Amino acid sequence: MTDFAEIKLSNAQIAWRAAQDIEDGAYVNLGIGFPEMVAQYQVEGREAIYHTENGVLNFGAAPAEGEEDWDLINAGKKAITLKDGAAFFHHADSFAMVRGGHLDVAILGAFQVAQNGDLANWSTGKGVPAVGGAMDLVHGAKRVAVVTDHVTKKGDPKLVAECTMPLTGVGCVTRVYTSLAVIDIEDGHFVLREKLPQISLEELQAVTGGELKVQGTVADLIVPTL
Amino acid sequence: MDKSCASAAEAVACIPDGATVMIGGFGGSGGPIELIHALIDKGAKNLTVINNNAGNGDVGLAAMIREDMVSKLICSFPKSKDPRAFTERYLDGKIELELVPQGTLAERIRAGGAGIPAFYTPTSYGTDLAKGKPVGEFDGRSYVQERWLKADFALVKGELGDPMGNMTYRLAARNFNPLMCMAARHTIAQVTKLVPAGGIDPEQVITPGIFVNSIVEIANPQQEEVLNREGAVYP
Repeated sequence: MTDFAEIKLSNAQIAWRAAQDIEDGAYVNLGIGFPEMVAQYQVEGREAIYHTENGVLNFGAAPAEGEEDWDLINAGKKAITLKDGAAFFHHADSFAMVRGGHLDVAILGAFQVAQNGDLANWSTGKGVPAVGGAMDLVHGAKRVAVVTDHVTKKGDPKLVAECTMPLTGVGCVTRVYTSLAVIDIEDGHFVLREKLPQISLEELQAVTGGELKVQGTVADLIVPTL
Repeated sequence: MDKSCASAAEAVACIPDGATVMIGGFGGSGGPIELIHALIDKGAKNLTVINNNAGNGDVGLAAMIREDMVSKLICSFPKSKDPRAFTERYLDGKIELELVPQGTLAERIRAGGAGIPAFYTPTSYGTDLAKGKPVGEFDGRSYVQERWLKADFALVKGELGDPMGNMTYRLAARNFNPLMCMAARHTIAQVTKLVPAGGIDPEQVITPGIFVNSIVEIANPQQEEVLNREGAVYP
Protein backbone atom coordinates (compact mmCIF):
# COMPACT_ATOMS: atom_id res chain seq x y z
CA MET A 1 0.00 0.00 0.00
CA THR A 2 1.41 3.37 -0.99
CA ASP A 3 1.84 5.89 1.83
CA PHE A 4 -0.07 8.90 0.48
CA ALA A 5 1.32 11.25 3.13
CA GLU A 6 4.82 10.63 1.72
CA ILE A 7 4.05 11.33 -1.92
CA LYS A 8 1.07 13.67 -1.99
CA LEU A 9 1.52 17.14 -3.48
CA SER A 10 1.92 20.17 -1.23
CA ASN A 11 -0.53 23.05 -1.56
CA ALA A 12 2.16 24.94 -3.50
CA GLN A 13 2.46 22.05 -5.95
CA ILE A 14 -1.32 21.81 -6.38
CA ALA A 15 -1.37 25.57 -7.02
CA TRP A 16 1.48 25.19 -9.54
CA ARG A 17 -0.46 22.52 -11.45
CA ALA A 18 -3.61 24.67 -11.52
CA ALA A 19 -1.57 27.62 -12.82
CA GLN A 20 -0.42 25.61 -15.86
CA ASP A 21 -4.01 25.64 -17.20
CA ILE A 22 -4.46 29.42 -17.04
CA GLU A 23 -4.25 30.70 -20.59
CA ASP A 24 -2.52 33.88 -21.72
CA GLY A 25 -4.92 36.81 -21.39
CA ALA A 26 -7.32 35.01 -19.04
CA TYR A 27 -9.39 36.95 -16.50
CA VAL A 28 -9.09 35.01 -13.26
CA ASN A 29 -10.59 35.11 -9.77
CA LEU A 30 -8.80 33.22 -7.02
CA GLY A 31 -10.70 32.36 -3.83
CA ILE A 32 -9.29 33.60 -0.54
CA GLY A 33 -6.67 31.46 1.23
CA PHE A 34 -5.05 28.51 -0.54
CA PRO A 35 -6.31 29.37 -4.08
CA GLU A 36 -4.49 32.74 -3.87
CA MET A 37 -1.21 30.76 -4.18
CA VAL A 38 -2.00 30.02 -7.84
CA ALA A 39 -0.93 33.57 -8.78
CA GLN A 40 2.62 32.83 -7.60
CA TYR A 41 3.06 30.16 -10.27
CA GLN A 42 1.82 32.00 -13.34
CA VAL A 43 3.49 30.45 -16.39
CA GLU A 44 6.23 32.64 -17.79
CA GLY A 45 5.28 34.39 -21.00
CA ARG A 46 1.58 34.33 -20.14
CA GLU A 47 -0.30 37.28 -18.69
CA ALA A 48 -3.34 36.62 -16.52
CA ILE A 49 -5.49 39.48 -15.23
CA TYR A 50 -6.63 38.90 -11.67
CA HIS A 51 -10.03 40.09 -10.45
CA THR A 52 -10.98 40.63 -6.84
CA GLU A 53 -14.63 40.93 -5.77
CA ASN A 54 -14.10 44.16 -3.87
CA GLY A 55 -13.50 46.04 -7.09
CA VAL A 56 -10.04 45.72 -8.63
CA LEU A 57 -8.85 44.25 -11.94
CA ASN A 58 -5.17 43.57 -12.62
CA PHE A 59 -3.74 43.65 -9.14
CA GLY A 60 -0.33 42.26 -8.26
CA ALA A 61 1.58 40.81 -5.36
CA ALA A 62 1.48 42.03 -1.77
CA PRO A 63 3.56 45.15 -1.04
CA ALA A 64 6.58 45.02 1.24
CA GLU A 65 5.75 45.16 4.94
CA GLY A 66 5.28 48.76 6.00
CA GLU A 67 4.35 49.78 2.43
CA GLU A 68 0.68 48.73 2.72
CA ASP A 69 -2.12 51.12 1.83
CA TRP A 70 -5.12 49.57 3.60
CA ASP A 71 -7.56 51.15 1.16
CA LEU A 72 -5.99 48.84 -1.45
CA ILE A 73 -6.86 45.27 -0.45
CA ASN A 74 -8.16 42.05 -1.99
CA ALA A 75 -11.20 39.98 -1.04
CA GLY A 76 -9.14 38.28 1.68
CA LYS A 77 -8.55 41.77 3.18
CA LYS A 78 -4.85 41.50 2.39
CA ALA A 79 -2.87 44.47 1.05
CA ILE A 80 -2.17 44.31 -2.70
CA THR A 81 -0.39 46.37 -5.35
CA LEU A 82 -1.59 47.47 -8.78
CA LYS A 83 -0.16 46.51 -12.15
CA ASP A 84 -0.16 48.88 -15.12
CA GLY A 85 -3.61 48.80 -16.65
CA ALA A 86 -5.44 48.18 -13.38
CA ALA A 87 -9.02 49.39 -12.89
CA PHE A 88 -11.33 50.11 -9.94
CA PHE A 89 -15.11 49.61 -9.97
CA HIS A 90 -17.95 49.32 -7.47
CA HIS A 91 -19.39 46.07 -6.15
CA ALA A 92 -22.33 45.81 -8.55
CA ASP A 93 -20.00 46.09 -11.56
CA SER A 94 -17.63 43.63 -9.92
CA PHE A 95 -20.32 40.98 -9.62
CA ALA A 96 -21.63 41.79 -13.09
CA MET A 97 -18.18 40.64 -14.23
CA VAL A 98 -18.69 37.47 -12.19
CA ARG A 99 -22.31 36.51 -12.94
CA GLY A 100 -22.25 37.94 -16.44
CA GLY A 101 -19.80 35.29 -17.60
CA HIS A 102 -16.92 37.69 -18.17
CA LEU A 103 -14.35 35.79 -16.09
CA ASP A 104 -12.51 32.93 -17.75
CA VAL A 105 -11.56 31.01 -14.63
CA ALA A 106 -12.48 30.94 -10.95
CA ILE A 107 -10.37 28.76 -8.67
CA LEU A 108 -11.81 27.94 -5.26
CA GLY A 109 -11.18 25.75 -2.24
CA ALA A 110 -13.58 22.97 -1.20
CA PHE A 111 -14.87 20.94 1.71
CA GLN A 112 -16.54 18.54 -0.73
CA VAL A 113 -16.99 18.22 -4.50
CA ALA A 114 -19.62 15.83 -5.84
CA GLN A 115 -19.38 13.85 -9.07
CA ASN A 116 -22.17 15.98 -10.58
CA GLY A 117 -20.14 19.16 -9.94
CA ASP A 118 -21.91 20.28 -6.77
CA LEU A 119 -19.59 22.22 -4.48
CA ALA A 120 -19.67 22.62 -0.68
CA ASN A 121 -17.13 25.15 0.55
CA TRP A 122 -18.85 27.80 2.68
CA SER A 123 -20.36 26.27 5.79
CA THR A 124 -19.68 23.41 8.13
CA GLY A 125 -23.14 24.02 9.57
CA LYS A 126 -21.65 25.17 12.90
CA GLY A 127 -20.91 28.58 14.46
CA VAL A 128 -21.36 31.88 12.63
CA PRO A 129 -22.24 31.35 8.95
CA ALA A 130 -20.36 33.46 6.38
CA VAL A 131 -20.67 33.14 2.60
CA GLY A 132 -18.90 36.12 1.02
CA GLY A 133 -18.73 35.89 -2.77
CA ALA A 134 -18.39 32.11 -3.11
CA MET A 135 -21.99 31.48 -4.23
CA ASP A 136 -21.68 34.17 -6.90
CA LEU A 137 -18.28 33.04 -8.18
CA VAL A 138 -19.41 29.49 -8.92
CA HIS A 139 -22.07 30.76 -11.32
CA GLY A 140 -20.15 33.07 -13.56
CA ALA A 141 -16.74 31.97 -14.68
CA LYS A 142 -16.44 29.89 -17.85
CA ARG A 143 -14.35 27.37 -15.90
CA VAL A 144 -14.82 26.76 -12.16
CA ALA A 145 -11.90 24.80 -10.78
CA VAL A 146 -11.16 23.58 -7.29
CA VAL A 147 -7.79 23.12 -5.56
CA THR A 148 -7.88 20.77 -2.59
CA ASP A 149 -6.30 17.95 -0.68
CA HIS A 150 -7.70 14.68 -2.01
CA VAL A 151 -8.93 13.66 1.45
CA THR A 152 -9.81 15.41 4.72
CA LYS A 153 -7.43 15.53 7.69
CA LYS A 154 -9.23 12.43 8.98
CA GLY A 155 -8.68 10.66 5.66
CA ASP A 156 -12.26 10.87 4.39
CA PRO A 157 -12.79 11.51 0.67
CA LYS A 158 -13.42 15.13 -0.35
CA LEU A 159 -14.52 13.97 -3.79
CA VAL A 160 -17.86 12.36 -3.08
CA ALA A 161 -20.85 10.78 -4.78
CA GLU A 162 -23.10 13.40 -3.15
CA CYS A 163 -22.23 16.36 -0.92
CA THR A 164 -23.39 16.00 2.67
CA MET A 165 -22.36 19.53 3.68
CA PRO A 166 -24.32 22.73 2.81
CA LEU A 167 -23.97 23.48 -0.92
CA THR A 168 -22.30 26.54 -2.38
CA GLY A 169 -23.56 25.76 -5.87
CA VAL A 170 -25.19 23.04 -7.93
CA GLY A 171 -23.37 21.38 -10.83
CA CYS A 172 -20.79 24.15 -11.08
CA VAL A 173 -17.31 22.62 -10.79
CA THR A 174 -15.58 21.60 -14.03
CA ARG A 175 -12.11 20.48 -12.84
CA VAL A 176 -10.51 19.47 -9.53
CA TYR A 177 -6.78 19.67 -8.81
CA THR A 178 -6.04 17.50 -5.78
CA SER A 179 -2.95 16.40 -3.90
CA LEU A 180 -3.07 13.10 -5.85
CA ALA A 181 -4.79 13.71 -9.18
CA VAL A 182 -6.41 15.99 -11.75
CA ILE A 183 -10.04 15.12 -12.31
CA ASP A 184 -12.63 16.61 -14.69
CA ILE A 185 -16.35 16.56 -14.06
CA GLU A 186 -18.26 15.59 -17.16
CA ASP A 187 -21.90 14.50 -17.49
CA GLY A 188 -22.25 13.73 -13.80
CA HIS A 189 -19.01 11.74 -13.46
CA PHE A 190 -15.47 12.12 -12.22
CA VAL A 191 -13.16 11.61 -15.20
CA LEU A 192 -9.55 10.93 -14.21
CA ARG A 193 -7.09 12.93 -16.35
CA GLU A 194 -3.84 12.74 -14.37
CA LYS A 195 -2.63 10.90 -11.29
CA LEU A 196 0.63 10.63 -9.37
CA PRO A 197 2.53 7.80 -11.09
CA GLN A 198 3.29 6.13 -7.73
CA ILE A 199 -0.42 5.45 -7.07
CA SER A 200 -2.47 2.78 -8.76
CA LEU A 201 -5.95 3.49 -10.07
CA GLU A 202 -7.35 1.13 -7.44
CA GLU A 203 -5.58 2.97 -4.62
CA LEU A 204 -6.88 6.31 -5.90
CA GLN A 205 -10.41 4.93 -6.24
CA ALA A 206 -10.25 3.71 -2.63
CA VAL A 207 -9.88 7.32 -1.37
CA THR A 208 -12.43 8.80 -3.80
CA GLY A 209 -16.12 8.87 -2.92
CA GLY A 210 -17.53 8.60 -6.46
CA GLU A 211 -16.53 6.35 -9.34
CA LEU A 212 -13.43 7.48 -11.26
CA LYS A 213 -14.05 7.00 -14.97
CA VAL A 214 -11.16 6.61 -17.35
CA GLN A 215 -11.55 7.90 -20.89
CA GLY A 216 -8.42 7.41 -22.98
CA THR A 217 -5.06 7.85 -21.33
CA VAL A 218 -4.45 8.90 -17.76
CA ALA A 219 -1.34 11.08 -17.79
CA ASP A 220 1.25 11.13 -15.03
CA LEU A 221 0.83 14.11 -12.69
CA ILE A 222 4.34 15.53 -12.62
CA VAL A 223 5.14 18.75 -10.74
CA PRO A 224 8.40 20.38 -9.72
CA THR A 225 9.76 20.40 -6.18
CA LEU A 226 8.67 23.74 -4.73
CA MET B 1 -27.04 74.37 -3.71
CA ASP B 2 -25.03 73.56 -0.59
CA LYS B 3 -25.32 70.10 1.00
CA SER B 4 -22.22 70.57 3.10
CA CYS B 5 -22.43 70.07 6.81
CA ALA B 6 -20.11 71.53 9.48
CA SER B 7 -19.43 68.34 11.41
CA ALA B 8 -20.00 64.58 11.50
CA ALA B 9 -22.11 65.07 14.64
CA GLU B 10 -24.42 67.50 12.81
CA ALA B 11 -24.62 65.17 9.80
CA VAL B 12 -25.80 62.12 11.78
CA ALA B 13 -28.07 63.97 14.25
CA CYS B 14 -31.14 63.04 12.16
CA ILE B 15 -30.72 59.24 12.56
CA PRO B 16 -33.40 57.97 14.96
CA ASP B 17 -33.79 54.71 16.91
CA GLY B 18 -35.07 51.87 14.76
CA ALA B 19 -33.63 53.22 11.50
CA THR B 20 -32.22 51.03 8.72
CA VAL B 21 -28.70 52.23 7.99
CA MET B 22 -26.43 51.18 5.14
CA ILE B 23 -22.74 51.59 5.94
CA GLY B 24 -20.20 51.55 3.10
CA GLY B 25 -16.89 49.74 3.11
CA PHE B 26 -15.40 46.30 2.67
CA GLY B 27 -13.38 45.11 5.62
CA GLY B 28 -11.24 48.08 6.62
CA SER B 29 -11.38 49.76 3.20
CA GLY B 30 -13.92 52.53 2.58
CA GLY B 31 -15.70 52.53 5.92
CA PRO B 32 -16.84 55.99 7.13
CA ILE B 33 -15.23 55.68 10.56
CA GLU B 34 -15.82 59.28 11.69
CA LEU B 35 -19.53 59.14 10.76
CA ILE B 36 -19.92 55.81 12.59
CA HIS B 37 -18.18 57.17 15.66
CA ALA B 38 -20.36 60.28 15.57
CA LEU B 39 -23.41 58.00 15.52
CA ILE B 40 -22.02 56.12 18.53
CA ASP B 41 -21.56 59.48 20.34
CA LYS B 42 -25.13 60.48 19.53
CA GLY B 43 -26.49 57.06 20.42
CA ALA B 44 -29.27 55.20 18.62
CA LYS B 45 -30.91 51.87 19.41
CA ASN B 46 -32.51 49.02 17.54
CA LEU B 47 -30.81 49.82 14.24
CA THR B 48 -30.83 47.50 11.23
CA VAL B 49 -27.39 47.78 9.64
CA ILE B 50 -26.46 46.74 6.11
CA ASN B 51 -22.72 46.26 5.54
CA ASN B 52 -20.61 43.60 3.85
CA ASN B 53 -19.11 42.54 7.18
CA ALA B 54 -19.86 42.64 10.90
CA GLY B 55 -17.02 44.82 12.09
CA ASN B 56 -13.51 44.07 13.27
CA GLY B 57 -11.90 44.82 16.61
CA ASP B 58 -13.20 47.62 18.83
CA VAL B 59 -13.82 50.49 16.42
CA GLY B 60 -16.34 51.40 13.71
CA LEU B 61 -19.19 48.95 13.14
CA ALA B 62 -17.78 46.51 15.74
CA ALA B 63 -18.00 49.29 18.35
CA MET B 64 -21.60 50.06 17.32
CA ILE B 65 -22.45 46.38 17.84
CA ARG B 66 -20.58 46.28 21.14
CA GLU B 67 -22.62 49.31 22.30
CA ASP B 68 -25.79 47.27 21.54
CA MET B 69 -27.00 49.75 18.95
CA VAL B 70 -27.67 47.09 16.29
CA SER B 71 -30.56 44.62 16.51
CA LYS B 72 -30.24 43.21 12.98
CA LEU B 73 -27.36 42.92 10.54
CA ILE B 74 -27.65 42.21 6.83
CA CYS B 75 -24.26 41.15 5.47
CA SER B 76 -22.32 38.56 3.45
CA PHE B 77 -19.35 37.80 5.68
CA PRO B 78 -19.69 38.37 9.45
CA LYS B 79 -16.18 37.14 10.15
CA SER B 80 -12.96 39.08 10.59
CA LYS B 81 -9.68 38.92 12.48
CA ASP B 82 -11.47 40.01 15.66
CA PRO B 83 -15.23 39.50 15.29
CA ARG B 84 -15.95 39.20 19.04
CA ALA B 85 -18.58 41.95 19.27
CA PHE B 86 -20.81 40.33 16.66
CA THR B 87 -20.02 36.69 17.40
CA GLU B 88 -20.85 36.91 21.12
CA ARG B 89 -24.19 38.62 20.49
CA TYR B 90 -25.09 36.32 17.62
CA LEU B 91 -24.39 33.15 19.60
CA ASP B 92 -26.39 34.61 22.54
CA GLY B 93 -29.32 35.32 20.20
CA LYS B 94 -29.08 39.07 20.84
CA ILE B 95 -28.57 40.13 17.22
CA GLU B 96 -30.40 38.90 14.13
CA LEU B 97 -28.38 38.00 11.03
CA GLU B 98 -29.60 37.98 7.43
CA LEU B 99 -26.79 36.35 5.46
CA VAL B 100 -26.70 37.36 1.78
CA PRO B 101 -24.20 36.28 -0.89
CA GLN B 102 -21.93 39.23 -1.63
CA GLY B 103 -22.93 39.76 -5.26
CA THR B 104 -26.60 39.41 -4.37
CA LEU B 105 -26.14 41.95 -1.57
CA ALA B 106 -24.57 44.41 -4.03
CA GLU B 107 -27.28 43.87 -6.64
CA ARG B 108 -30.12 44.12 -4.10
CA ILE B 109 -28.74 47.49 -3.01
CA ARG B 110 -28.29 48.59 -6.63
CA ALA B 111 -31.86 47.47 -7.40
CA GLY B 112 -33.13 49.40 -4.38
CA GLY B 113 -31.48 52.53 -5.71
CA ALA B 114 -32.63 51.91 -9.27
CA GLY B 115 -36.32 51.27 -8.52
CA ILE B 116 -36.23 47.57 -9.46
CA PRO B 117 -38.26 45.67 -6.81
CA ALA B 118 -36.93 42.19 -7.66
CA PHE B 119 -34.59 40.38 -10.01
CA TYR B 120 -33.43 36.84 -10.78
CA THR B 121 -29.90 35.59 -10.16
CA PRO B 122 -28.22 32.19 -10.54
CA THR B 123 -26.45 32.78 -7.23
CA SER B 124 -27.56 30.53 -4.34
CA TYR B 125 -29.84 28.34 -6.50
CA GLY B 126 -30.13 24.93 -4.86
CA THR B 127 -28.55 26.09 -1.59
CA ASP B 128 -29.82 26.83 1.92
CA LEU B 129 -29.73 30.58 1.18
CA ALA B 130 -32.38 30.19 -1.53
CA LYS B 131 -34.90 28.50 0.78
CA GLY B 132 -38.36 30.06 0.55
CA LYS B 133 -37.49 32.24 -2.44
CA PRO B 134 -39.30 31.96 -5.77
CA VAL B 135 -37.36 30.20 -8.55
CA GLY B 136 -37.77 30.94 -12.24
CA GLU B 137 -36.43 29.17 -15.32
CA PHE B 138 -34.99 31.25 -18.12
CA ASP B 139 -33.47 29.71 -21.26
CA GLY B 140 -33.28 26.33 -19.53
CA ARG B 141 -31.47 27.49 -16.40
CA SER B 142 -32.86 28.08 -12.90
CA TYR B 143 -32.59 31.40 -11.11
CA VAL B 144 -33.56 32.66 -7.66
CA GLN B 145 -35.73 35.73 -7.18
CA GLU B 146 -34.20 38.35 -4.91
CA ARG B 147 -35.75 41.60 -3.69
CA TRP B 148 -34.43 45.11 -3.59
CA LEU B 149 -32.81 46.48 -0.47
CA LYS B 150 -33.39 50.06 0.61
CA ALA B 151 -32.49 52.03 3.70
CA ASP B 152 -33.49 55.12 5.62
CA PHE B 153 -29.89 56.32 5.78
CA ALA B 154 -26.53 55.55 4.19
CA LEU B 155 -23.19 56.45 5.73
CA VAL B 156 -20.47 56.49 3.07
CA LYS B 157 -16.89 57.61 2.59
CA GLY B 158 -15.49 59.36 -0.46
CA GLU B 159 -12.27 61.08 -1.41
CA LEU B 160 -13.26 64.35 -3.11
CA GLY B 161 -16.66 65.90 -2.71
CA ASP B 162 -18.33 69.17 -3.60
CA PRO B 163 -21.32 71.03 -2.08
CA MET B 164 -23.56 69.57 -4.83
CA GLY B 165 -22.82 66.09 -3.40
CA ASN B 166 -20.68 64.93 -6.32
CA MET B 167 -18.04 62.45 -5.18
CA THR B 168 -14.97 60.45 -6.11
CA TYR B 169 -13.45 57.51 -4.24
CA ARG B 170 -9.96 56.42 -3.31
CA LEU B 171 -8.48 53.13 -4.61
CA ALA B 172 -10.53 50.06 -3.63
CA ALA B 173 -12.41 52.07 -0.97
CA ARG B 174 -15.18 52.52 -3.57
CA ASN B 175 -16.72 49.02 -3.12
CA PHE B 176 -20.32 49.33 -1.79
CA ASN B 177 -20.27 53.11 -1.28
CA PRO B 178 -21.68 54.30 -4.66
CA LEU B 179 -24.48 51.68 -4.50
CA MET B 180 -25.51 52.64 -0.98
CA CYS B 181 -25.63 56.33 -1.96
CA MET B 182 -28.38 55.38 -4.41
CA ALA B 183 -30.39 53.11 -2.13
CA ALA B 184 -30.95 55.28 0.93
CA ARG B 185 -33.61 57.91 1.45
CA HIS B 186 -30.97 60.14 3.08
CA THR B 187 -27.29 59.65 2.24
CA ILE B 188 -24.61 61.17 4.45
CA ALA B 189 -21.11 61.27 3.00
CA GLN B 190 -17.77 62.06 4.56
CA VAL B 191 -15.04 63.12 2.15
CA THR B 192 -11.37 63.74 2.68
CA LYS B 193 -11.51 67.01 0.78
CA LEU B 194 -14.49 69.21 0.09
CA VAL B 195 -13.87 71.36 -3.00
CA PRO B 196 -16.05 74.12 -4.48
CA ALA B 197 -18.59 73.18 -7.16
CA GLY B 198 -16.57 72.87 -10.35
CA GLY B 199 -13.59 71.56 -8.39
CA ILE B 200 -14.16 67.99 -9.58
CA ASP B 201 -13.83 67.30 -13.30
CA PRO B 202 -17.36 66.13 -14.27
CA GLU B 203 -15.77 63.26 -16.22
CA GLN B 204 -14.22 61.98 -12.98
CA VAL B 205 -17.39 62.07 -10.84
CA ILE B 206 -18.30 58.54 -9.68
CA THR B 207 -21.35 59.36 -7.54
CA PRO B 208 -23.44 62.22 -8.98
CA GLY B 209 -24.72 64.60 -6.30
CA ILE B 210 -28.38 63.65 -6.82
CA PHE B 211 -27.70 60.54 -4.71
CA VAL B 212 -26.20 62.46 -1.78
CA ASN B 213 -28.09 64.55 0.80
CA SER B 214 -25.41 65.75 3.12
CA ILE B 215 -21.63 65.95 2.87
CA VAL B 216 -19.01 66.67 5.49
CA GLU B 217 -15.26 67.15 5.14
CA ILE B 218 -13.14 64.91 7.37
CA ALA B 219 -9.53 65.68 6.49
CA ASN B 220 -7.05 62.87 7.31
CA PRO B 221 -9.79 60.29 7.97
CA GLN B 222 -9.10 57.29 10.17
CA GLN B 223 -8.82 53.87 8.57
CA GLU B 224 -10.30 50.82 10.30
CA GLU B 225 -7.41 48.45 9.54
CA VAL B 226 -4.86 51.00 10.77
CA LEU B 227 -6.88 51.61 13.97
CA ASN B 228 -7.11 47.88 14.62
CA ARG B 229 -3.37 47.40 14.13
CA GLU B 230 -2.86 50.11 16.75
CA GLY B 231 -5.27 48.30 19.10
CA ALA B 232 -7.63 51.30 19.15
CA VAL B 233 -10.88 51.18 21.12
CA TYR B 234 -13.82 53.56 20.57
CA PRO B 235 -15.13 55.39 22.48
